[in-house]
Amino acid sequence: MSNAPLLRMEGIRKVFSGVTALDGVDFTLERGEVHSLVGENGAGKSTLIKIMTGAYQRDGGRIMLEGREVNFRSPEDAQRAGVVAVYQEVNLLAYRTVAENIYLGREPRRFGLIDWKCMKRDAGALLKRLGLDIDPAATLGDLNIALRQMVAIARGVSFGAKVVVLDEPTSSLTEHEVSILYDVIRRLKDEGTGVVYISHRFDELYAICDRVTILRDGRLVGSRSLAGLDRLDLVCMMLGKQREELQRQGATAFGHHDGAATADESPLMRAENLTRGRKLDRVSLDVGRGEIVGLAGLLGSGRTETARAIFGADQIDAGRVYFEGHPLNLRSPNDAIDAGLAFLSEDRKAEGIIPELSVRENLTLAALPALSRLGVVSRQKQNEIVERFMKRLGIKASSADQKIRELSGGNQQKVLLARWLCKNPKFLIMDEPTRGIDVGAKAEIQSLVNELASSGLGVLMISSELEELVEGSSRVVVIRDGRRAAELRGAEISQDSIIRAMAEDDTGVVGNANAAAE
Amino acid sequence: MAETGAGPVIGARSVRRAGLADYAPTYGALAALVLLFVVNAVVTPNFLDVNNFRNVLLQVAPTVLVAVGMTYVITTGGIDLSVGSIMAVASAVAAVSLGRGVGFAIILALVVALVVGTLNGVLISSFRIQPIIVTLASLITVRGVAQVISNGGQLIPFDNPRFAWLGQGYVGPVPVQVLVMALVVAAAIFVMRATVYGRYVAAVGGNESAARLAGVRVHRTKIMVYALSGLLAGLAGLIETARLGASDAQKVGLNIELDAIAAVVVGGTPLTGGRATVVGTVIGALIMQLITTSFNMNGISFAWSLVIKAAIIIVAVYIQRPKVA
Repeated sequence: MSNAPLLRMEGIRKVFSGVTALDGVDFTLERGEVHSLVGENGAGKSTLIKIMTGAYQRDGGRIMLEGREVNFRSPEDAQRAGVVAVYQEVNLLAYRTVAENIYLGREPRRFGLIDWKCMKRDAGALLKRLGLDIDPAATLGDLNIALRQMVAIARGVSFGAKVVVLDEPTSSLTEHEVSILYDVIRRLKDEGTGVVYISHRFDELYAICDRVTILRDGRLVGSRSLAGLDRLDLVCMMLGKQREELQRQGATAFGHHDGAATADESPLMRAENLTRGRKLDRVSLDVGRGEIVGLAGLLGSGRTETARAIFGADQIDAGRVYFEGHPLNLRSPNDAIDAGLAFLSEDRKAEGIIPELSVRENLTLAALPALSRLGVVSRQKQNEIVERFMKRLGIKASSADQKIRELSGGNQQKVLLARWLCKNPKFLIMDEPTRGIDVGAKAEIQSLVNELASSGLGVLMISSELEELVEGSSRVVVIRDGRRAAELRGAEISQDSIIRAMAEDDTGVVGNANAAAE
Repeated sequence: MAETGAGPVIGARSVRRAGLADYAPTYGALAALVLLFVVNAVVTPNFLDVNNFRNVLLQVAPTVLVAVGMTYVITTGGIDLSVGSIMAVASAVAAVSLGRGVGFAIILALVVALVVGTLNGVLISSFRIQPIIVTLASLITVRGVAQVISNGGQLIPFDNPRFAWLGQGYVGPVPVQVLVMALVVAAAIFVMRATVYGRYVAAVGGNESAARLAGVRVHRTKIMVYALSGLLAGLAGLIETARLGASDAQKVGLNIELDAIAAVVVGGTPLTGGRATVVGTVIGALIMQLITTSFNMNGISFAWSLVIKAAIIIVAVYIQRPKVA
């Protein structure tokens, strides 16, 4: 009995309305182990966590806690058994005290009333045990986000948690706060608690985790000990690349792009030292006219943040962006848009489409000032533009009046691309332009971008698909843990070199050992 | 390649169809209005009398003015509870400044209403306080101010035929306030459908982040809907005051925010924002007014009409509830 692992999940399967999210995944967590779960978008990490903690019901497989088969029907169920999740958005009551939050729903009672003294005492002891200097009588809302998160962890521990799941616990913490978190994790570890740790940052994995389980497209890729695991191997597993076959494959519609010839003139867009919290650390890059520059990096590396900073979509702490030699005001996207920048965002649903509006209204949204006189939209100009771009991009809709939410992902993306192209931008930022759209639309978008670049449009393209970057870009800038890790140009660009740049740590040594083995 | 085949067919015909599609959410409300009309035509004596229609329109005019502004606010996903108090302050301001000329009094009252609305908008948009909180605070404060202006809420009667014309006069056979209402409704429909601003209002309500990334000035758009709502409430306040021949800061516009919100919701503009139908709002207001009128004319207690109105609101929201995806 005692040699059974703390938590064992076997052959876990989950299907969401016909789409398989998890397909026979195994996961084992030992006592006193910090175990990381990694994978790119759609890997199935959060689904696995939700099944582990009772938020979802599995469609297949078994879960064993300390050798006994368990069946969690709800998060409360899992909590009682000792499996607790602490989520990114801390789910606590801001106006109650720390002690009340820790014991919410299980307040110690005396004569049917809450025993406040006992609650405060127990909470204080618990916080001390975790090495936290927090007053149990403090109002939670007065604490900063890091301490609130620690309270959430303390709450989890107070259930007698054997397994604590931390989902991106550091995403809003500062360097110092991260080290407090690490201390707490180490104490949990010493007490024999198993910790499942999800983070996109490699430095954190290597700093705090013992093992890592890699998922990709709902399948288990493997489970490895982090000590001695080469970063390059880890990245290859996450991206599903065999190290032997890291070379050009020619699967995209970009054709070969050789915009490097224009590199001699002053760049169209130059970003300098973009800095934002722990997410961006002095990132610089430039893009020339007619050039497609790829922006590579793993999920959470800071590539989207870089793009958003250039466009003025997020406030940054430091850094400048020069466009055609003039500095941009980065307070809102308007200055960037007026200067001729365009931004195709990553999340179509959250930041792209206006679902209730028609294809026509969505397509013309950014161009309205140009399509109007004295604030009145010219029907004729509008319809002309809409007709032209629907034809040019091959947008399939029953009519321009169809609501955009009724369109397929690929067609929605084309409408959003048209929203910018009809303004004749000089510089286009595309964040994952072909994610989640069908093969046909993907090829059409790729060849269109290529064509536009050859007529002078500068393009910054973020993509998780290495083929797309390798074939589409004349240069590739690689971001890792919020820093610019490398710039590759011309013949240097290959899947192999990009993966190496994504994986290398700052000393640049780790990748070499295996380079020899190739 | 993809341009052929199942490509779009855009032409004059599909463009014209836009009009009908826009009204789609209001069909239910329109059907209810027609039903109400037909039943009354059969059941209620003298219902089909011209005077009766004129009365219904007279009574509904202030509510419609306020509800049109409310439609814009709700389209951005907000709410404006302060409209009744703004009516009161406009009324008080006009009454105490009538001595300096009708034009002066009207303009001053409208400016005050506009300023209050703009303040609401700034607090909501720039300071990120919830609309319901900001406008609830205005509801309380602004009526207080109106009562202070009118010496602790005393009735201020006046004898000024030119000002009274606004609420009692006629242009041909049409009462002035009905004419004002028609003009405002027409303008509101035009702005919502044909202007950049109208498009921005719907975009901000539909997906604020997307609108911002597309270059829509979200703050400005939001501030302007509250300013507009304030202005229209001010206009409604003036008309009410002119109709009564006196300013009553305690009573003018009392609870009108509820009637206006009800009209918007029954008309088919969802409280979640992103979609607007000014025509629906007018229909919604007419439904509510017709219920009151027909109960009165049939000698049924006013209290019962409240119950029926409540039921209609619930049914309207239930019908429009988002379909579970």
